[in-house]
Amino acid sequence: MRHVYEFTAGESTPDVEKLLAREVGGAPVPDRLRHLFQQALAHFESLATRAAIVAETSADAFVQIYRGEGLNAPSAPLDVIIPRAQRLALFAATVGDAASAEIGILFGRGEPAAGYALDIIASEATNMLADAAALRFLRLQQARRAVGEDARVLPYSPGYCGWHVSGQRSLFEALQPGAIGITLSHSFLMRPLKSVSGVLVAGPPPAHRFKPTYDFCEDCTTHECRGRMASVLRAPR
Amino acid sequence: MTTPLLDGISSALQRGDRDAVVALTREAIDAATPASSLLNQGLLAGMRVVGAKFRDYEMFLPDVLLAARAMTAAMELLRPLLVADGVPLAGRVVLGTVKGDLHDIGKNLVGIMLQGAGFDTVDLGVDVDPDAFAEAAVTHGATVIGMSALLTTTMIGMKDVIRALEHRGLRDRIRTVVGGAPVSQAFAVEIGADGYAADAPGAVALVRALARVSS
Ligand code: SF4
Repeated sequence: MRHVYEFTAGESTPDVEKLLAREVGGAPVPDRLRHLFQQALAHFESLATRAAIVAETSADAFVQIYRGEGLNAPSAPLDVIIPRAQRLALFAATVGDAASAEIGILFGRGEPAAGYALDIIASEATNMLADAAALRFLRLQQARRAVGEDARVLPYSPGYCGWHVSGQRSLFEALQPGAIGITLSHSFLMRPLKSVSGVLVAGPPPAHRFKPTYDFCEDCTTHECRGRMASVLRAPR
Repeated sequence: MTTPLLDGISSALQRGDRDAVVALTREAIDAATPASSLLNQGLLAGMRVVGAKFRDYEMFLPDVLLAARAMTAAMELLRPLLVADGVPLAGRVVLGTVKGDLHDIGKNLVGIMLQGAGFDTVDLGVDVDPDAFAEAAVTHGATVIGMSALLTTTMIGMKDVIRALEHRGLRDRIRTVVGGAPVSQAFAVEIGADGYAADAPGAVALVRALARVSS
């Protein structure tokens, strides 16, 4: 089954205080930065058009898609997680072209601080959109009793954690996210730039756990998987 | 030697107050302040304080961008006078995102911060052909080329730019700097780039060092 979702601002509105805390690395946040980011958030909300497409898939079909051009790392988190998944769906989501384009326009107009703040907010909202799509998928599966009450859904994307970015090609062929305006270039670049794609994995909390000790983890600067694995122990919001 | 006017320019720059920086620069020009003093004791002095405060976590990247924006606006007024007086700029840098890649935020940050550091920049935009980098460096007399990529599939294009320089016999005259999320020091060494920077402030420091070597 394939669903196109539209989202309200409330479903992926970045928390400005959280972004500011990251920006200043724990130092007190100056009012001038708070003002800049609040303005950027208002600007973003005036431009964003949030949409996602979610298409259920089987484990067998996904393994073919995941294989892509054969460039994935020899072992990666999805190799461990997919066999434990209860339900899978391909997904793509975007905050739209206007928000993505405006960042470049602001830089071009000589407003780099505003462009920078808008970029940070748009990126965060895009990532939150993946979580919002994951939540819709979870609720749908729970309503169908296809997964348990304790099930959680996490998104994984080509270009991260051993899934080579060239996997975008087979993912796009199967998902066809042109329906919500997302296209792919020959170098696997999504347009609008503020878009996200990948697979939604539904399963009980233990299904999402793995040890991030792969070769490619040595170069990882975010170790985001730790927070994501911890998040499955909390109730979804 | 500083004057209250030059100190005022430096302070306004540190606050990121573009209108005040432009107004004071205009006032200093009208008062026949030498262009080199205006640049060094006014604008660049302010940017040095901003750089130091950024390093010490007293200012943050948006503050640096606001200061650089003010600096760029003042430089529009000052540039013709600097040229007329024969005052050398820090250098000229060609910037671009490599072929196949449309991400420009990192490149734009580097560009604005280079301008803030007193460099002239020629921004070729995104999806830039390797030959266009080499061509622009020659046309504009740049000594450094800065390349950005955000995808593992496009960062390979950086090597093509270095090859294009080699083909034209420019490899020793024009330095190359690479950056972007998937790029690393090891990759820079592998493709024969002159330097790698992990972020925009790092890129400015690197370009400064390379421009000094080139000149
Ligand atoms: S450490 Fe980094 S690369 Fe490794 S699995 Fe976690 S997020 Fe992915």
